[in-house]
Amino acid sequence: MDFDLSPDELVFRQEVRDFIKTNMPDKVAKKDEMAFVTEWNKKVREKRWVGYTWPKEMGGGGGSLMKQVILKQEMAIAKTPGLGTCFMGLSWVGPGIIQYGTKDQQERFLPDILDSKFQWCTGYSEPNIGSDLASLQCKAENKGDHYLVNGQKMWTSLAPFAEWMILLVRTDSSSENKHEGITCLLVHMKSPGLEVRPIKNMTGSAVFAEVFFTDVKVPQENRLGEEGKGWMVTVSALANERSSIAEVAGLERKLEDLKALVKRIEIQGKPATQDQSVRRTVAGFETIIESMRLNGMRYLTKQLKGEPVSSETSVNKLHKATLEVEMGDYAVSLMGHVGIHSRNSPDALDKGRYAYRALSWPDVVIGGGTPNIQKNIISERILGLPKD
Amino acid sequence: MNFGFTEEQELLREQVRRFLDNKCPLTEVRKIAESKAGFSQDLWNEMAELGWLGITVPENYGGLGMGWVDLIVVLEESGRSLFPSPIISHNLAIDALLSAGTEQQKETWLPAMASGQKRGCIAINEKTNWHTPEGIRLQGLQERGLQEKGKQRSNGYSLTGEKHFVSDVDAADFYIVAFRADDKPEDITLAIVDSSASGVKTIMTETFDKTKREGILSLSDVVVPKDQILSEGPAATETLSRLLELGAVAVTAEAVGAAETALNITTEYAKERIQFGAPIGRYQGVKHPLADMYVDIESFKSLAYYAAWAADEVDGSLSRSASIAKAYASDAFVRIGTDSIQLHGAIGYTDEYDIQLFIKRSKWMRPAFGDTHFHQDRIAALSF
Ligand SMILES: Cc1cc2nc3c(=O)[nH]c(=O)nc-3n(C[C@H](O)[C@H](O)[C@H](O)COP(=O)(O)OP(=O)(O)OC[C@H]3O[C@@H](n4cnc5c(N)ncnc54)[C@H](O)[C@@H]3O)c2cc1C
Repeated sequence: MDFDLSPDELVFRQEVRDFIKTNMPDKVAKKDEMAFVTEWNKKVREKRWVGYTWPKEMGGGGGSLMKQVILKQEMAIAKTPGLGTCFMGLSWVGPGIIQYGTKDQQERFLPDILDSKFQWCTGYSEPNIGSDLASLQCKAENKGDHYLVNGQKMWTSLAPFAEWMILLVRTDSSSENKHEGITCLLVHMKSPGLEVRPIKNMTGSAVFAEVFFTDVKVPQENRLGEEGKGWMVTVSALANERSSIAEVAGLERKLEDLKALVKRIEIQGKPATQDQSVRRTVAGFETIIESMRLNGMRYLTKQLKGEPVSSETSVNKLHKATLEVEMGDYAVSLMGHVGIHSRNSPDALDKGRYAYRALSWPDVVIGGGTPNIQKNIISERILGLPKD
Repeated sequence: MNFGFTEEQELLREQVRRFLDNKCPLTEVRKIAESKAGFSQDLWNEMAELGWLGITVPENYGGLGMGWVDLIVVLEESGRSLFPSPIISHNLAIDALLSAGTEQQKETWLPAMASGQKRGCIAINEKTNWHTPEGIRLQGLQERGLQEKGKQRSNGYSLTGEKHFVSDVDAADFYIVAFRADDKPEDITLAIVDSSASGVKTIMTETFDKTKREGILSLSDVVVPKDQILSEGPAATETLSRLLELGAVAVTAEAVGAAETALNITTEYAKERIQFGAPIGRYQGVKHPLADMYVDIESFKSLAYYAAWAADEVDGSLSRSASIAKAYASDAFVRIGTDSIQLHGAIGYTDEYDIQLFIKRSKWMRPAFGDTHFHQDRIAALSF
């Protein structure tokens, strides 16, 4: 057991730190934020730190998993912007195209993802299809040089802003096995017959949407992987959506926020820092977050040794779901009346940040597969219990 | 970066597991637990032969010269089998000697401990039942009486009082005793007390976990010569904290193994027990609590491993990491013990069925070296 970095990794960490020192100002004025992020993205792209582990010949950094962890960790500690803004493109569309795409697809799509040119969105869920994704019904017919898509997708995050969609459709419903006959298509959002209707969520923002397909033509060359084998493409693409160590840094930041809040408030006229139940609750959150960090390191070690890691990632996803709900709610409950005041209210603290978090947890808790489904994964795939 | 074990450590794990599977299955555990000694001298001797009693003892004192990362492999496996033995106490006494002992003290005890001839334990707690120095009230009187009789080896102390909840006290040949010397009562003093010293008596007590033994150490005018003082002043408080933290790591490592066995037993039962026409493990009311157990075990396993690593480092990270591990494990293990019984139904409540042994261990483990609240308070003290 050791937590030391190799000489090469130490050099790399120093390079990252120096880069941050040079390029990350102490404070960015609100009005300059957009420009700063654009500039930042250009610079990290030049460094080849966007898509850091992607193969060099595909425009990535060709770097190791360990160095990517170092990179993301240093960025998280310094609270810099991310590495590129094409979230879904970088997380699973790109890796899917690297693994299953044709040379032409790799050349057409990967550079734009790396350059943060626009957003991708993900068309998996449907009105009647959620957790049981493999039962999806949105149809596509093979018409020779193109597919003709008819049906509806639902909860498609970023659809109102995205340029492209990775879409799952059913091309063959004859098979008994629901996992067969699914095909993965890459669809331009401006395609004729494609309509996006934003849905407002309970926090008031409209980031996800319904997407309707009426005789939408998708050219053959935009099929990702073989026809009928789209399930495999999806599963391995989603495997990239790992609860990574760097993600824990985000929770650590929220914990810091919570501690800072505790230091500012009073309960019945006494500092909250002296309240034993507050102290213990916060220590309880800290304990879970530390266990996530170390779980992540243990699984990373396995990966570095070439051992497969798959269902174990549900462990941290479950912790994350619990923490997102409980930490957000705890901050609000500690603040009493002040806690429920939103952004523009004169009585709000920190621009209603906590009030927002107390309601926005479904982004994480429902968006990436619900806790019940994570528990099914653990009990069936790891513990070997029968499927329900 | 490698947050995993070396091949040698994995080999050690294999060896310990095979040894315990062969020599000490749960049928044997029950027999040993009912015996008077509460542990098997024969198995202890065999472990000594294999070198496992001197894992953390440096080579120049006859040990293997390895660290806590190696030791927790053994502890995790001993927990997996609910192996009844004084191995944790033994190792805490070794660490006390290593971190605070004089050369002469080390030479007296360590080689004999590594070879299995002598055992030690730590006697810290009193009826106060606190895991902090404030809980220590036992008085050490400067040895005036002896001086008057002209025995000049003096400046030691005479101890009269009781230490409670002393793990493995009956099996030990010496005790690391914490007390307050009357010439510096604001500090703690740690000393080695030989079990053969005059005035020493042990009284066995009984908890519901018979795989773990403890008792009262009763001291009546027990003389502690100066050369048996282990440490004094702030250094003694530091040693005391380290022992508390290492104890927490050790029982958490055992809890990892024990909880995994409880999860295995319960999972296997859920696959076999048929109700409403299907294995109960198909129902989410059963499979989801099992998934929760898995999540908890994975998590306090990571925390225990990290704390063991910290125990071998000198960077001071042991204190926080030990507390985080124990804060997580104490309550989680009890939940696992409880759910294991519940998911079995009535059979789980019987004496004959093994799962009951695990809830007992979980409730034994909870207060040992501080419960969840105690450690949460230590964690919070680092922030607020
Ligand atoms: C913020 C947000 C963003 C999203 N973004 C996208 C996106 O970009 N693209 C996309 O395709 N989808 C997206 N989704 C949809 C998301 O993937 C689904 O919401 C999710 O898979 C759950 O499906 P569902 O909402 O239909 O719930 P359902 O599957 O209907 O589940 C309802 C409840 O039943 C439980 N349940 C269902 N099946 C089982 C079972 N077998 N055992 C036990 N309990 C069960 C669930 O846990 C849940 O509590 C997003 C959702 C949210 C909230």
